[in-house]
Amino acid sequence: MYCGSGETGTELHCYCLCLSTGKRDNMFPKGTKRKFSDPGEEPVSSADQSQAASSAAAVRTLTSSYSLQRQSLLDMSLIKLQLCHMLVEPNLCRSVLIANTVRQIQEEMTQDGTWQIMTQALAAAQCPADRLVATEVLCRQTDAAAQAGQSPKPFSVVGLEEGYHAEEVVMEGDVETEVTMSTLSPVSPQLSSASYLAGPFGMGPCWEEEDDDGECEEDEEEDSEECVSEGEEGDRDTLNADSRTGEQVFGTFEIKHPAPPPDPALEELFSDVDPSYYDLDTVLTGMQSSPKMGPYDLLESLSSHGPTALSSSSSCRSDLNELDHIMEIIVGS
Amino acid sequence: MGEDTESSKINHTFLRDYVTEADVISTVEFNQTGDLLATGDKGGRVVIFQRETESKGETEELGETGDSGEYNVYSTFQSHEPDFDYLKSLEIEEKINKIRWLPQQNAAHFLLSTNDKTIKLWKVSERDKRPEGYNLKDEEGRLKDISTITSLQVPVLKPTDLMVEVRPRRVFSNGHTYHVNSISVNSDGETYLSADDLRINMWHLGITDRSFSILHNNIVDIKPANMEDLTEVITSAEFHPHHCHLFVYSSSKGSLRLCDMRSSALCDKHTKQFEEPEDPGSRSFFSEIISSVSDVKFSHNGRYLLTRDYLTAKVWDLNMDKGPVETYQVHEYLRSKLCSLYENDCIFDKFECVWNSSDSVIMTGAYNSFFRMFDRETGRGVTLEAWRESSKPRAVLRTRRVYTGGKRRRGDVGVDSLDFTKKILHMAWHPSENIIAIAATNNLYIFQDRVNPETQ
Repeated sequence: MYCGSGETGTELHCYCLCLSTGKRDNMFPKGTKRKFSDPGEEPVSSADQSQAASSAAAVRTLTSSYSLQRQSLLDMSLIKLQLCHMLVEPNLCRSVLIANTVRQIQEEMTQDGTWQIMTQALAAAQCPADRLVATEVLCRQTDAAAQAGQSPKPFSVVGLEEGYHAEEVVMEGDVETEVTMSTLSPVSPQLSSASYLAGPFGMGPCWEEEDDDGECEEDEEEDSEECVSEGEEGDRDTLNADSRTGEQVFGTFEIKHPAPPPDPALEELFSDVDPSYYDLDTVLTGMQSSPKMGPYDLLESLSSHGPTALSSSSSCRSDLNELDHIMEIIVGS
Repeated sequence: MGEDTESSKINHTFLRDYVTEADVISTVEFNQTGDLLATGDKGGRVVIFQRETESKGETEELGETGDSGEYNVYSTFQSHEPDFDYLKSLEIEEKINKIRWLPQQNAAHFLLSTNDKTIKLWKVSERDKRPEGYNLKDEEGRLKDISTITSLQVPVLKPTDLMVEVRPRRVFSNGHTYHVNSISVNSDGETYLSADDLRINMWHLGITDRSFSILHNNIVDIKPANMEDLTEVITSAEFHPHHCHLFVYSSSKGSLRLCDMRSSALCDKHTKQFEEPEDPGSRSFFSEIISSVSDVKFSHNGRYLLTRDYLTAKVWDLNMDKGPVETYQVHEYLRSKLCSLYENDCIFDKFECVWNSSDSVIMTGAYNSFFRMFDRETGRGVTLEAWRESSKPRAVLRTRRVYTGGKRRRGDVGVDSLDFTKKILHMAWHPSENIIAIAATNNLYIFQDRVNPETQ
């Protein structure tokens, strides 16, 4: 169910995540052709076409259910890549497969022009730079235009030298963009309208193949209206509460500048360390030697959305336990 | 293999009252004779079961052929402990990823067990005698008062209760930067390989009586110069059962590479690559993920490969690299659920697959405590369940069915009712008989075919 139709990029992203628990479209039906030309859409390839026409076509593509589904998949994949488990090395195979999925989506979106639209919309909806913690993702920036208009201040990873991985990405800012993204888990609470967590059997709520698409549409329209009003209000309250808690938890761990230039003394100390360790870091945490602009677009797109997955207070508690555990290890007690 | 003609016996040899994370079984392996069965769990423990052999007289009386004994616990030991990588500030799990037995050369048994980083060689030996009558120590081991010793005695060996001793004989550490997913003992009995996500190492084992010399070098290294370029990882590797120079490894992109170590020391250039061309009609964003091979096994005769990807099991002919010769649908009904399964990470589950001893049947696991067997001759598949509540010891194992349309039969399970937390990932098939070991979370199920105990 996708509520409403939007003209601007930000509205579209809000709609992406506003899913009800009712019947849904066939998200990724068997045999779906991964072409950007949905029925009724025309590929925009000719350079002769006017700018207005091509962006209109791209906007049409954006509003199609396939594109919205694709966007949701992209968001989900980015969340998966961001949330490294704190204490154990994440599965490299899983990370690589998710990263490949993100690349696929990115390439396709670049081809049909929606990538440019999305990044432009993100630039317009950008939130203040004094955010707490962002994590780079393993994504290639294929569109140089997206870099324009971005804040020159990159956000760096809560790095390994800190001794832990951020389990939650807390972003402060304007009220409507406050978001706390927590680890995806089936124990995700009170959400009626939020994204992809609650579900019939502990799995995602959506995207199962429906035999009868005709039936769905009616339900979807009704649900969409409910969703917009209920979801945003309810979630906003919870968001405020959780982001404050999140802030308390992560207040002391923020990094607002990129990794400092290598200290020659430290370099010497670690000169015999296998450099592949640092490479592994890159893959696992997305930390790169030269911060790139591109991935931040994607992260900001997540933050400019409406309510998304929320953390429950219990996950904050478990974070505190894990932090205690880490502190014990560091202190050596 | 008809649906209800196979009778099986269920042996609950490893039951616990509650499920703790550490008790989850992570690997199962028979030794070469099938007399021993080893399991490894997430807590780093290894439990070895031994098959009870009945005396010949009893067997003949009962009218059964050959050994039909049960498996009982033979030994338990802590193989790996949790570790901490201080450089990366990350824990190293003690979970046993794989166990492989070495071919037996003397009275002792040897097995290799590995967690994410370290491989260990264990010696399992029996002791049923102990020396008694020491001169300087008494029976409890305390030193005797020398003034009480008046004569010299020769210690004698006296029979004692059977003791199984397990000792670590070698620790192969610091060989892997990434997570070890496979180990495989070579047919030469002297070397073995270990594979992680990007590299495959070859190690040398010594003979039991003397200290080992270790030779290790990367025989496969697919690490790119820039880790950002990494798009494919190694998922499984195995030596050929007969040709000691051949091994195969599978990748996350669904390809298999057969390598011949005679051609070069570093097998980055494979001898043969097996890949199935993608079906453009069924392409989706999940196509690559579900094509990732989670397990690869040579057939016993060494002519075929069995692979498992998320939805299918495939048999490949070594002489035919254009595609598999047989494809078996394990749970095709999940294809429409891939997005949900991606979201809850089930799509990344790594199922194992096994051959029977005559290479006529293949078996692999699924969800809801189901596992599937496919008869290669008829192409038919059957679904069985490893679940305590629905099976009793010595009862015939009922076949199950997932309802995917058409006429619904009693006992059919709907796709939405499947329990995705009950995964059958690990299993083993006896090397010569129709006995299978299935790991279902923290339980081990051993099924025996009473009707056809010997493989035809």
